[in-house]
Amino acid sequence: MTATAAEAGLAGQFERTIARDARIEPRDWMPEKFRATMIRQIAQHAHSEIIGMQPEGNWITRAPSLRRKAILLAKVQDEAGHGLYLYSACETLGADRGDLTERLISGRQKYSSIFNYPALTFADVGVIGWLVDGAAICNQVPLCRCSYGPYARAMIRICKEESFHQRQGYELLMTMMSGTAGQRAMVQDAVDRWWWPSLMMFGPPDAQSANTAQSMAWKIKRHSNDELRQRFVDMTVPQAEALGVTLPDPGLRWNAERGAYDFGEVAWAEMKQVVAGNGPCNAERVARRKAAHEAGGWVRDAAAAHAAKQAARQETRAVS
Amino acid sequence: MNADAGRAAGRTLPLWEVFVRGKRGLNHVHVGSLHAADGEMALRNARDLYTRRNEGVSIWVVPSAAIVASSPDEKDPFFAPSGDKVYRHPTFYDIPGHVPHM
Amino acid sequence: MSFDHAYQAITEDTGAGGEPTGPLDGHWAFGNGFADPLAGIDTTVPDGVDAADLALYCLMLGDDALIMSHRVQQWCTRAPELEDEVALANIALDLLGQARLLLARAAAAAGTAPGPGGEDGYAFFRAEHEFRNVRLAELARGDFGELIARLVVFSTWRLAVLRQLTASRDPVLAAVAAKGVKEVTYHRDYAAQWLVRLGDGTAFSRRRAQAGLASIWPYVAELFIPADAERRLAGIGVAVHPAGLRDEFDGAVGQVLAAAALAIPDLAPRAGVAGRTGRDGVHTEAMGYLLAELQSVARAHPDARW
Repeated sequence: MTATAAEAGLAGQFERTIARDARIEPRDWMPEKFRATMIRQIAQHAHSEIIGMQPEGNWITRAPSLRRKAILLAKVQDEAGHGLYLYSACETLGADRGDLTERLISGRQKYSSIFNYPALTFADVGVIGWLVDGAAICNQVPLCRCSYGPYARAMIRICKEESFHQRQGYELLMTMMSGTAGQRAMVQDAVDRWWWPSLMMFGPPDAQSANTAQSMAWKIKRHSNDELRQRFVDMTVPQAEALGVTLPDPGLRWNAERGAYDFGEVAWAEMKQVVAGNGPCNAERVARRKAAHEAGGWVRDAAAAHAAKQAARQETRAVS
Repeated sequence: MNADAGRAAGRTLPLWEVFVRGKRGLNHVHVGSLHAADGEMALRNARDLYTRRNEGVSIWVVPSAAIVASSPDEKDPFFAPSGDKVYRHPTFYDIPGHVPHM
Repeated sequence: MSFDHAYQAITEDTGAGGEPTGPLDGHWAFGNGFADPLAGIDTTVPDGVDAADLALYCLMLGDDALIMSHRVQQWCTRAPELEDEVALANIALDLLGQARLLLARAAAAAGTAPGPGGEDGYAFFRAEHEFRNVRLAELARGDFGELIARLVVFSTWRLAVLRQLTASRDPVLAAVAAKGVKEVTYHRDYAAQWLVRLGDGTAFSRRRAQAGLASIWPYVAELFIPADAERRLAGIGVAVHPAGLRDEFDGAVGQVLAAAALAIPDLAPRAGVAGRTGRDGVHTEAMGYLLAELQSVARAHPDARW
């Protein structure tokens, strides 16, 4: 069999695996572009979890009750864990975590732009849990059926944990909304700042999303951006009503014919700016990650050096 | 920079695969991987990350490089039919410019 | 997996192999222990025990944990590796949990109504001079070498205290201690393993570890000086007299330092102010900034529930 025929055979197997909704596993042949796409998508998802620790992490030491402090600390710890699961999935494709970290801190790989917005009050902690984790869940549940096995499995574990996060965020908001006038105002202000960025989490409109077609064909992406965004709005509006907050969109109204909510136009120009690096916190988020990584260099080196010395000592003992 | 050079520069600690047995009577199941300098560290990290400190759980950690793998229904000529590595050799990937951002 | 029922789909409990298992178990990092920590526990003060002394002692141990947890929390997003983010968050969460139990027990002994008002009242509305933690806990954050040195010392000391406290005549303290022993053993092991890696690893890491030890060592002596209430309670089997733990501490820490090829610093203890230190509510200048951060949001909304 010629090389081309062999490759065509493998490509056929790859296509058939995808077509019957089975999983591509690490030792399978895959098109280079599939591998590259998966590495980039999983890596940027992992980076998002790690960067996502920052806006909420900034409130741990100032949490106004010990119970909330514990909940927030556990949540941020979960996010570190999610990043680790995802880097691990990415490494099955031949990537290296150190290299991926370099790409993040040098700006060559991105993370979810939502985290380039500032968390300005403790109410933001609740709203991030409710809206940002809510949007993430909408994106992530379909990924549990993604065609690449290690990524799908990581997503199952992550989704289970994130459902708790969203509920805790919403519960904080419920408590605050039945609290003081100051607390209620804090919640409404946070909602006013986070609503539109949450809608932006689903990416550009389908008409401007050039590569959705290929990702859908490979069953990496199972629903379009607009479809997920609509789903998120429909799930969230009743939750906002139950909470007693208004969503900052005068165009938001129930459309009986569609059986869905009509909503206003997202400010795509602002989204582009944030994605391009000019959002309110882009520089700080990356700088913090970079500083931690660089400051930790001597510590990682020490661990590696000690391990090497131990191995050498054991060999000496074995020989003598 | 590829992973071998990264390790040589001391930047990336070795990769370990983690297997966890949640309950007596079940098998150890592969749950993922992590980086650690040595076995002790790998076990601790695995307990923190994959079992959330649950003491009842049995953990095995194995250097990824030590695993000998055969997965005949995962088809790629890069891998020998038996007795090869679990994953591809880490290499440097140049992401094509037209692949979209998240 | 139905997309329409996102929560249903992802809250079916599955085992490690993906097969469904029993009812949902509290899948937080540490179970669901966020509710009132002493719910359902009899908090009557035992016979012959002075309630004010007991409350004060619980504040001492509770503040140690609360303030040390705060310093470890400040390492969030700053750890040298992601695995350490998870491990340090564990330590901070454990200590916070111990603080909550101890502050709640203090409130019960002082006669405060049960509920979050007790623990939160102590944490957020006491003034600086009312905090009873040792000064070691509040020292400003240094580098990773300083953190590990401090964790080795703090955990070794606290473990020695908690081990003996499991025999306390106050059943609440005994129970808190029993739970704490498992946790602090883990913390001490984490820190000791890191101290060995740093001491043995590279010349630079050894210098940083030695410098870390030097910065915290002057605060070690204070750990073994009993406060008056502590002495009284130790005499009746409720508290632990810390002076008796110094040898055990020296032995354990000495072992770790030897394995790490680090020298025990030869530094004089840091004096107090007219002999008064953390246990007397006389703290370092770092404490004011720490409390400003810890208390700012709660104090801005004094009537709020969270």
